[in-house]
Amino acid sequence: MLKTFSLGGVHPAENKLSAGQKIEVLPVPEQVSVPIAQHIGAPSEPLVKKGDTVKVGQLIAKSAGFVSANIHSPVSGIVQKIDDVLDASGYKRKAIIIKTEGDEWDESIDRSPALNKTIVASPEEIVKKVGAAGIVGLGGATFPAHVKLSVPPGKKCDVLILNGVECEPYLTSDHQLMMEKGEEIMVGTQILMKGLGVDRAIIGIENNKKDAIEHLTNLAKDYSGIEIQPLKVQYPQGGEKQLIDACIGRQIPSGKLPIEVGAVVQNVGTTFAVYEAVQKNKPLFERVVTVTGKSVSKPSNFLTRVGTPISTLIEAAGGLPEGTGKVIGGGPMMGKALSSIEVPVTKGSSGVLVVPEAESKRSEVQNCIRCSKCVSACPMGLSPYLLMTLSNKAMWDRAEEGKIMDCIECGSCSFTCPSSRPLLDYIRFGKGKVGQIIRGRNK
Amino acid sequence: MNTLTVSPSPHVHGGDSVKKNMYGVVIALLPALAASLYYFGIGALVVTLTSVVSCVLFEWLIQKYLLRVPTTVSDGSAILTGLLLAFNMPTYLPIWIIIIGSLVAIGIGKMSFGGLGNNPFNPALVGRVFLLISFPVQMTLWPKPFESRFSYFNLTPDILDATTGATPLAAMKEGIANGETVSQIMDKLPSFNEMFFGLMGGSAGEVAAGMLLIGLVYLLLKKIITWHIPVSVIGSIFIFTGILHVVDPLVYASPVFHILTGGVMLGAIFMATDYVSSPMSNKGMILYGVGIGVITVLIRVFGSYPEGVSFAILIMNGFVPLIDRYIKPKRFGESVKPLKA
Amino acid sequence: MNVVLITIITLGALGAVAAIILYFVAQKFKVFEDPRIDQVEEVLPAANCGGCGFPGCRAFAEAMVKADDISTMNCPVGGAEVMAKAAAVLGKEVEAAAPKLAVVKCNGTCENRPRLTTYDGASTCAIAASLYGGETGCSYGCYGLGDCVEACTFDAIYMDEETGLPVVDEEKCVACGACVSACPKNIIELRKQGPKGRRVFVSCVNKDKGAVARKVCSAACIGCKKCEKECPFGAITVVNNLAYIDDSKCKLCRKCVVVCPTNAIHEVNFPPRKPKPAIESTEKKSAE
Repeated sequence: MLKTFSLGGVHPAENKLSAGQKIEVLPVPEQVSVPIAQHIGAPSEPLVKKGDTVKVGQLIAKSAGFVSANIHSPVSGIVQKIDDVLDASGYKRKAIIIKTEGDEWDESIDRSPALNKTIVASPEEIVKKVGAAGIVGLGGATFPAHVKLSVPPGKKCDVLILNGVECEPYLTSDHQLMMEKGEEIMVGTQILMKGLGVDRAIIGIENNKKDAIEHLTNLAKDYSGIEIQPLKVQYPQGGEKQLIDACIGRQIPSGKLPIEVGAVVQNVGTTFAVYEAVQKNKPLFERVVTVTGKSVSKPSNFLTRVGTPISTLIEAAGGLPEGTGKVIGGGPMMGKALSSIEVPVTKGSSGVLVVPEAESKRSEVQNCIRCSKCVSACPMGLSPYLLMTLSNKAMWDRAEEGKIMDCIECGSCSFTCPSSRPLLDYIRFGKGKVGQIIRGRNK
Repeated sequence: MNTLTVSPSPHVHGGDSVKKNMYGVVIALLPALAASLYYFGIGALVVTLTSVVSCVLFEWLIQKYLLRVPTTVSDGSAILTGLLLAFNMPTYLPIWIIIIGSLVAIGIGKMSFGGLGNNPFNPALVGRVFLLISFPVQMTLWPKPFESRFSYFNLTPDILDATTGATPLAAMKEGIANGETVSQIMDKLPSFNEMFFGLMGGSAGEVAAGMLLIGLVYLLLKKIITWHIPVSVIGSIFIFTGILHVVDPLVYASPVFHILTGGVMLGAIFMATDYVSSPMSNKGMILYGVGIGVITVLIRVFGSYPEGVSFAILIMNGFVPLIDRYIKPKRFGESVKPLKA
Repeated sequence: MNVVLITIITLGALGAVAAIILYFVAQKFKVFEDPRIDQVEEVLPAANCGGCGFPGCRAFAEAMVKADDISTMNCPVGGAEVMAKAAAVLGKEVEAAAPKLAVVKCNGTCENRPRLTTYDGASTCAIAASLYGGETGCSYGCYGLGDCVEACTFDAIYMDEETGLPVVDEEKCVACGACVSACPKNIIELRKQGPKGRRVFVSCVNKDKGAVARKVCSAACIGCKKCEKECPFGAITVVNNLAYIDDSKCKLCRKCVVVCPTNAIHEVNFPPRKPKPAIESTEKKSAE
């Protein structure tokens, strides 16, 4: 019996169409649009102005607060303008637009592919370097990585958990990264362990990636303290709370962070970025993005610069198929539907999913039949049916009492509902409202 | 290019639907229906057909002409209500009474509250209990299996005498009232083995415990229901009557007798598990199931009716909002103590 | 006979005892309430819409009884008439507030503002707004999902199927403001009803630069400031590329309507202008 998390969960069709596709390096785009808010926390402050010449890896916007991240230029060229551009939500956000000229990298970056195993940096230097390189959680949450590495006083971390679960259907970027950059991930893990001062790391991988489990298990023999934990395929295992529960059986209490139970979770993609930042001095300006979908002619995993338009990626995967109904940034369970395919790749873009028209519409909403399937599916043990109603009726105090803030927005409730009710739509909205009320009260 | 669709996540759906669940339960009822047709023949056929057809028809008429809302008869819930109602009626019931029962079940039990999903009580049971109180004579005229197979339209007093009898529960109640001991009464009744296969008087669908259990297995395999309600209902009846039986085996019948007779199997597997009128959390379901079990035994052993499953389920239906308000599912991280830093 | 007598006496005695207990309990727990609250509540329209800023008519009545000065309070449903009556009950002064009306400030009909995406989520504006900027390129405009219609307790606002925009029924609207707070885009504003219902207002809330706004909606305010210059009363100000007409200064001269290049300024309930009917009639003829 394989380990998994203890409450709820669903099993969507996996559809890992791009599994096994080698990571392909995309050509440098002609122009990039780099949003200054690519992470959770305060938007960064631009350091360049119109007409400036920048190199690849040059700092172009600096972190504006503790929970914020640096942003580096993904290309070399001239800053065209700093202006409001439409983001994936159709709202305007500030971005730095750079016209590419050549591909000149910052001299400090070590571009050699050789594996560098010796870790010379001290723990403090590691945290500092991770912060300077602008690394954020690459699994999609985009939480600045250095913040997680800074264990707050009074708390103790005893285990590092790496997220190689990739529980979202379709996506394969982490899987492919583990297959191709396994050694680097191992070194990255050692760096993170040193940074956190722990001697145990667990890499959780779902059992549908048997090759990755085998590959990393073989590699891990040469590194001390790294265990590979195969996990039963179950969504949302990649959720931080669920992963800790699955790997070490500790449950984070409501409203607390993983450090409460002595764990820190990082994505394997983030770990690779940490390796590059610490050993190669390379900041985060490119990432692996899966471009996939049942109608896509060539589902692929691309290594692409941040700021590349999504349309370029789709073009590289064989073009936007006829009869496309929806394009999703991320996976089908938690990804965001894009209102335009001209929006850029950001640090948090793990995939682009093209959905044919026939599958892009939701079924008709029916009455709740109180089947309690949402209750059984909820990995946080909430009552989605009730939270939806409370949210619809604006009964915020009872929604708070029902722990609406514990919702991780995994979508298992909406996925499983026989009446196709938009449970998560309402719960997410209610969560926003209740969050505002709580913040207002704490002021 | 056509316009892109934008919607909040999740963008995929598990493919489950109300229809799948409702027709799933209907399929689970088929073995018991087959047994009913085998034992009660024409009567069972007439009762089932009338009930299903009139339930569907009433739902359609009410939605189309009274409420003027889109009709939802195709979702299968009216068929299910009709089947369950038929299963709860004796097979000699006149057609007009069945139609009245269907009207009450659909009209009062379901539609007056706003249709599927909003009814606090199980519609089929509302119809059944209404009939039981309104037409006590017809509703307790129990045909004997096999002997009643070919008589429905030619019920002369002679045939009635020859083909009807008391249910085991009624016989037990009467016997004990007359001062007989349990074992004396049991000698006159079918064996447990016969009861398991349904060789006794009773409502159309409730007699064949074995067939109903096949349905339970199907429901559990298809994940239409969870084990909590059926197990807690049957379990609590078994334990409660077991205790009574141990205290005084002369007056209180054995627990096996209690779970094999009357509507326990049908009620526990198909009626109490009705989605709409049962609690949402697992803990709540167990409390609800135990409540049904205890009330059933209280009515059977100490009340004036020989059978109490329907009443017990309806009473517990009434408690469901309260159960849901105070019994919440176990939350993630609720019971785990944080580690010491 | 005896039985009957005993029954009557026992029950009678029980009743009497209960009545005495009840009387004392009622005395003990009596809550004093100003009788004027009931009187004022009687006058109020009992719509319980919350338009006055209090939860329901009774709460408003209580507040009016308590307050020393009720001149700032207003019942939008009842208007000046009801307030005068309430003031008469209380013997307090009240100012007649100008009657107001909800005005929808979006001109993004299907023709003016082409749909670029299709929304397929929970059909409330609030959720759509928390998800993205809307089906059109204009992230300020109406979503057309009818949160305002839901919020209205007077059945005074409905969705126009053709334009996809909400329409206020002037007869029914009481300016309670429920739709104003329901709209996540702040499109609806309470404006003065105006003499004979005549109003002039900017029917747009887009704050984008002119070129951007015009690209996504042909009837958007582009912040060109023509109206601001034209207005003889200084009633129009352009802030953030958006013109706004102050209804306390506007004299309804309608000069701004004429100069607006995108027809974003609307005039309602005016008698037809002299040159305009000519154009309309030719249009009609050509259509025929």
